[in-house]
Amino acid sequence: MSHKLVEVKNLKQYFHAGGSFLKPKYIKAVDDVSLYINKGETLGLVGESGCGKTTLGRTILRLYEPTAGKIFFDGQDITHVNMLPYRRKMQIVFQDPYASLDPRMTVGDIVGEAIDIHKLAPNKKTRRDMIIQLLEKVGLNSEHANRYPHEFSGGQRQRIGIARALAVNPEFIVCDEPISALDVSIQAQVVNMFEELQEEMGLTYLFIAHDLSVVRHISHRIGVMYLGKLVELADDYELVFHCVHPYTKSLISAIPIPDPVQSRSKKRIILEGDVPSPLNPPSGCRFRTRCRYATKLCEEVEPEFREVSPGHFAACHHLDKIN
Amino acid sequence: MSEPLLNIQHERLSFFTPAGEVKALNDVTIQMYQGDVLGIVGESGSGKSVTAYSIMGLIAHNGKIIGGTIDFNGHRINELTEKEMQKIRGNEVSIIFQDPMTSLNPVFTIGNQITEVIRLHTNKSKKEALERAEELLNLVGINEPKKRLKQYPHELSGGMRQRVMIAMALACEPKLLIADEPTTALDVTIQAQILELMMELRQKIDMSIIMITHDLGIVASMCDKIAVMYAGKIVEYGKTEDIFYNPKHEYTRGLLRSIPVLTEKEHRKLVPIEGTPVDLLNPPKGCPFAPRCNSCMKICLREMPEYTYITEDHYSACWLLQKEAYMKGGENS
Repeated sequence: MSHKLVEVKNLKQYFHAGGSFLKPKYIKAVDDVSLYINKGETLGLVGESGCGKTTLGRTILRLYEPTAGKIFFDGQDITHVNMLPYRRKMQIVFQDPYASLDPRMTVGDIVGEAIDIHKLAPNKKTRRDMIIQLLEKVGLNSEHANRYPHEFSGGQRQRIGIARALAVNPEFIVCDEPISALDVSIQAQVVNMFEELQEEMGLTYLFIAHDLSVVRHISHRIGVMYLGKLVELADDYELVFHCVHPYTKSLISAIPIPDPVQSRSKKRIILEGDVPSPLNPPSGCRFRTRCRYATKLCEEVEPEFREVSPGHFAACHHLDKIN
Repeated sequence: MSEPLLNIQHERLSFFTPAGEVKALNDVTIQMYQGDVLGIVGESGSGKSVTAYSIMGLIAHNGKIIGGTIDFNGHRINELTEKEMQKIRGNEVSIIFQDPMTSLNPVFTIGNQITEVIRLHTNKSKKEALERAEELLNLVGINEPKKRLKQYPHELSGGMRQRVMIAMALACEPKLLIADEPTTALDVTIQAQILELMMELRQKIDMSIIMITHDLGIVASMCDKIAVMYAGKIVEYGKTEDIFYNPKHEYTRGLLRSIPVLTEKEHRKLVPIEGTPVDLLNPPKGCPFAPRCNSCMKICLREMPEYTYITEDHYSACWLLQKEAYMKGGENS
């Protein structure tokens, strides 16, 4: 264990967003994030929309060129290298199974495209066998290979998306909200499949979602993001039961628990207001505008992301006071 | 008990599409009393939204109620003309939709859209209507209401827009508010704000709420009673505690087993409901859930079971319950 497969250091991803030539404006989608993922582990990433969790996932795969910072895969710095050999090892499953599959390609070709690009099959027959094997792995069967995406339901399409990612036999998969477009009864099927594939193939996941209950279920460690920053990171149990950051606390208290007695006795911390615009984030601690404990210090100095107990990190000035 | 506020009896509703008849609602029966909060849960296509829309008289042109009755607050909704319906809609019953981004008109100001509702249903002057609109925005917790009235929907955030939608829905203090997945498009912290607001308002103006959602967490914390729908049919109905702690239908049980719970102490493997939702164009003959059910019997594939009453207000349609009732002495079957 504890072999770091993926690591990012001080990663920044800014998007240009208008402004004048001399004074360009930037959206700081990911701002100075450092984290690592061990081999065979699932790191969950939660946060509200616009907090930069998807951008972080995509930047790690270099689908966006990072503005600053470093990305390591298996000890190698991949921030500026040719990605083609690494695409075999790092893959992604997208959020929307309706938009991420080419409607004019058959399922066999969607899954087979990666096999072609990386020249993994010496001849047509092996290619076909590989595709069928992949489809069977995700719970589809060989006759599905000649059909088109529109003939499938949402859950089945997501399975195709997963088969596509698995085609190159990767070590690391970024799962970008893979189940949020699916019905409740189908979500569990896909979540279980992710778990089974991990056991079987030793996969490492970065699991991005806004639903903390699902993330908690599948992850070993969880990171919470707010406006481009990582505010807290800990083991799943630790994060749910012993979180220290005021944002994490309110996030956890806001989640309705599917149990009438528990959810009615639960004390809710209702946050005031909305998430500020990432174009013009608050100075100092970005959460201060909605935080009950905010002081002058929070306005002036950005809190450091520090280790509060072994393996538990948080970024807040007033941790001692709050807890 | 007094007269129910809403009484839907054996409603059948179909959409006639080029591909054939889609039986969206198949014998739906619901009763609701003043002040109730009813949750309707189910997956997409289960008919939860259609049930609510039919109370509002908002059915697409190819849809038709082909059986049953809907009584609301002394009106027989399914026999009203469009004109009569307009008087009730927005006045005695109103609705908030799922997506606040698309349900407000982008080319009118917030003030314009709220006063439109007020002036349509009361004979207030423009000025009075604006005052009332300001009052409403205050009520739903929007700060600087005067300024907001002059703004356009795009200037507001998602949570704010949903508050505006609620303000519009409450303009005439309806007896019944239908909330169709009101927080699905919102973030968790904003969702908590909106749900809190709805519960507060319910106390303040004594209205009933129908909460349509697929999130079992929301119904657990908000609703008194829950109807679980599957393939256009209410498969189980009961008090919130009954549904969560003593579920009787296999589908309800399956749903509860398949969702992860945040506060679980130990990792529990999720038990998914296998298979895919029903194709309503060709629904199976017997119980619609039978093809996905673990305890499916021969009779389930042939015939739809009647409701079995576990208690007076907890009932479910499943052959297994009929069998249990029969074993006990058969007084219910």
